[in-house]
Amino acid sequence: MNKAPIIEIRELTKTYRVGEVDVQALRGVNLTVGDGEFLAIVGHSGSGKSTLFNILGGLTPATSGTIRLGGEDLLAMSDIERTKLRRGTVGFVFQKYNLLPTLNAHDNISLAEELAGRRHMEEAWFQDVLATLGIAHRLNHKPRAMSGGEQQRVAIARALVNRPKILLADEPTGNLDTENSAAVLGILRGLNKRYGQTILMITHNPEAADFADRKVRMKDGRVLEE
Amino acid sequence: MTNKLVLENLKHRPIRTLLVLFAIAIQVNLMLTLVGMSYGMLNDFQRRSRGVGADIIIRAPGTSVLGLSAPSMKEGMVSYVLKQPHIASAMGVTVHSMEGFLNSVTGIDLKLFEQFSGGFVFKQGRPWQGDREIVIDEYYAAQRKLKAGSAVNMLNRDWVVSGVVESGKMSRIFMPIQVLQDLTSNTGKFSQIYVKVDDPKRVEEVVAQLKGLPGLAENPIYSMEAFTSLISIDNAPGLRPFLNVIVGLSVVIGFLVVFLSLYTAVLERTREIGILKSLGATPFFVITLLFRETIALSILGGAMGIGFSYLSQWLIAVLVPASLQMQIVYEWWPISISIAIFASLVGALYPGVKAAKQDAIEALAYE
Repeated sequence: MNKAPIIEIRELTKTYRVGEVDVQALRGVNLTVGDGEFLAIVGHSGSGKSTLFNILGGLTPATSGTIRLGGEDLLAMSDIERTKLRRGTVGFVFQKYNLLPTLNAHDNISLAEELAGRRHMEEAWFQDVLATLGIAHRLNHKPRAMSGGEQQRVAIARALVNRPKILLADEPTGNLDTENSAAVLGILRGLNKRYGQTILMITHNPEAADFADRKVRMKDGRVLEE
Repeated sequence: MTNKLVLENLKHRPIRTLLVLFAIAIQVNLMLTLVGMSYGMLNDFQRRSRGVGADIIIRAPGTSVLGLSAPSMKEGMVSYVLKQPHIASAMGVTVHSMEGFLNSVTGIDLKLFEQFSGGFVFKQGRPWQGDREIVIDEYYAAQRKLKAGSAVNMLNRDWVVSGVVESGKMSRIFMPIQVLQDLTSNTGKFSQIYVKVDDPKRVEEVVAQLKGLPGLAENPIYSMEAFTSLISIDNAPGLRPFLNVIVGLSVVIGFLVVFLSLYTAVLERTREIGILKSLGATPFFVITLLFRETIALSILGGAMGIGFSYLSQWLIAVLVPASLQMQIVYEWWPISISIAIFASLVGALYPGVKAAKQDAIEALAYE
């Protein structure tokens, strides 16, 4: 890896309290991700992949360790600062698309812009993104009128509209058939190549992981380099 | 976009939205109808009091502006009043309370009434010609479906309606004064005396002069202008507390309806709340989203409630025009909608806080 690091994680731990039992989800994660890198994280259920993503996305705080995101100390951030992080620095793509069902595709994307207080949707680069995603003609449709593949493309567009430094994709093809999976993975690969978009992707699928520049495995709350 | 999200959320569950709107409309209509009835009935009483054409009213001791006591002024009181300076004419009447708020039957001397007030304008029939005939006004006739020649039982006695008159003078039902006095065991006694002065400019002077008479020391005496100005909600016994109770009840209804509706909405939208948070929505944004929805529902429901109040007014005018009157009180439109918004926001508070505090990860995992 010869690119400047955008994510540096050292000795990261996360302990959940479930009832009266402490559950150690992360037990000292060390990971460095270069700017513009496409990294796949594989591992069994319960290995800590989603917890790592949730911490990187600022959805939950870590217990100990350090994370530097674009040079900023994530663990030192307040709740509000982590909320701001989700508006601009990281973008999420989920397995279940997670589009708001009451809004059409255009409005789902616009809402993300509005929350970030920015306007990128009309810009040329984003029009190019929409063209790459192949959803420009589906923007007036609500999620229920779209296929899974189309919904996931809209979710990717929404995640990218604020030009995040990092795109976190949690099982982005988990709900898609083979054809749509290949299309979405191709799109992610293309975004990475064309715009230098840093992408971290969780996947169970080895074929999907092959689309990435690098693959790491998580096991029992730790990252094992491959 | 936020407003569009609010609108789309409302459209997403049309039945629930309609039910909440309907409940808020009922709440606003309840306030507007009761306030409108209070104002309407008091204004009608005011109009009928003015319609007599008197300058001064002398009431029996122990009566309030809107309350009656037993007729206790002796007939001689009228001639006593007539002897005072600047008195042009005086007419004693006997009033007996009937069903409904501010409704009564009034016993009058028809000849004297014609001289004093210009008489009735008959819409049907003629004046009474015997002790078993009465005259009613058009609203009472409409409510009881009576017309000239109809038989009616009143004060445990059968009567014939001899005529139906235009409303606007004293009561809705009139009968010969001696008959009413005898029937109510008040023979020779008046409830109130209407007085006209020789010069309208002297009314206050004459009121002061009458108040100074030893024979009228205990009688409430008002200029007609002062009397009608006292006919207000605050002078109607128990009316203000009653209205306050109704407003309080409507606040509780609004609170409960919005609370239950938004509570279920928040449960239903758990995942959406998680999505919003993953996009960078603050807890404040989430709570204001629900508040905007609440305010939109309250304003729309309030507008529906205003529409319903016209329906209430029409129903009252058609079904019970004599017993109840309702007017549209425009000043209460913003008041009732503000109360509805307040009650709804209180109802939205707990669901809103619950939504704002929702853990984003748990919310995103919600099925």
